[in-house]
Amino acid sequence: MENKKGYLSTFLNGLITENPTLVLFLGMCPTLAVTTGVINGIGMGLSTTAVLICSNIVISLLRKFIPDKIRIASYIVIIAGFVTIVQMLLNAYVPALSSSLGIYIPLIVVNCIILGRAEAFANKNTVGRSALDGLGMGLGFTCSLCIIAAVREILGAGTFAGIPLFGESFQPVSIMILPPGAFLTLGVLLAVINVIGGKIKKNKTDDTEKEGI
Amino acid sequence: MVADLLIIAIGAILINNFVLVQFLGICPFLGVSKKVDTSVGMGFAVIFVMACASIITWCVQYYLLVPFHLEYLQTIAFILVIAVLVQFVEMFLKKSIPSLYSALGVYLPLITTNCAVLGVAIQNITKFTGVEMSFVKSLVYGVSAGIGFTIAIVLFAGVRERLESSNVPEFLKGMPITLVTAALLSIAFLGFSGLSF
Repeated sequence: MENKKGYLSTFLNGLITENPTLVLFLGMCPTLAVTTGVINGIGMGLSTTAVLICSNIVISLLRKFIPDKIRIASYIVIIAGFVTIVQMLLNAYVPALSSSLGIYIPLIVVNCIILGRAEAFANKNTVGRSALDGLGMGLGFTCSLCIIAAVREILGAGTFAGIPLFGESFQPVSIMILPPGAFLTLGVLLAVINVIGGKIKKNKTDDTEKEGI
Repeated sequence: MVADLLIIAIGAILINNFVLVQFLGICPFLGVSKKVDTSVGMGFAVIFVMACASIITWCVQYYLLVPFHLEYLQTIAFILVIAVLVQFVEMFLKKSIPSLYSALGVYLPLITTNCAVLGVAIQNITKFTGVEMSFVKSLVYGVSAGIGFTIAIVLFAGVRERLESSNVPEFLKGMPITLVTAALLSIAFLGFSGLSF
């Protein structure tokens, strides 16, 4: 029973408590660069998730064989291998997405989330758990990308996943899909999370104070 | 020839600034930009690594991968070359400029995972700038991309030093205000996009 609970919390850890983008601030480059549209965001998120799950599994399998001194180099080679696979698959089956993500697909290699999870989690845990951690972290990353992309696309182009939402009279705020909009959206989003998080914390301390009385 | 190089340089430094327009190298941009001194050090480390990376990856691509039809190994080959290079720079700084080494601390190994360095290597090969990149051109592109990074991070560090002493609302403290500041700086750099030759 406890074991099952452990698996669930491993999964939720990546999705919410340690959300890579919004809590740990990892993998900022793709977060800011590809979120001009929801479809790009989902494509990037899922590609990263796929690489993350595969690399976590392989690194966890090999964790007893890789010498400690060259572990980072070995991780990078493993990750780069999977990124190349994903790059080729995208190129073959969804060329449109592949060309709109462009240089950011090979750059998944240097996404700090993947190397970070390899070092912090897959290095020490069993295969099943590492796969689940990869899934949780990947989905957490995908969700945050989607939120940012949705805000930017709706405000900046008046569309959601390419479908127009407003009538002809809508004047898009085009700065939102330009680079400054990315910084601005993420900044405002983090401020909102700060406010909500602060309220939850305050409620909790209030509760414990009441219990104390 | 010189005009071509100048266009590439200005394009990489101002118009397509690596950090503020292309979002490459955001992690060190947000992480190391608390003090002007460290950000200058980081900037020069990146310029140096980018110049070396441009030279070596160009050679790897055209003398190793293309003749043997191994272009699909590009990502793996490039990231390995860059990792080795960063290790080398680290050893060099540790021996010759220990003060800079200790100031850069944890961020130096992070240049390996700095997407700007791998980004410049890949853009050199994929004709990002619209022209076939000769050896000299890719070197110039690498150096100017590094200069662009340095300008952005030093400017940003200057703003953040001021921000330390100013009165920021509680909910904006930390990351949110930093990102909003970056947004303003990015708007400023957007002004350069009107430059054309």
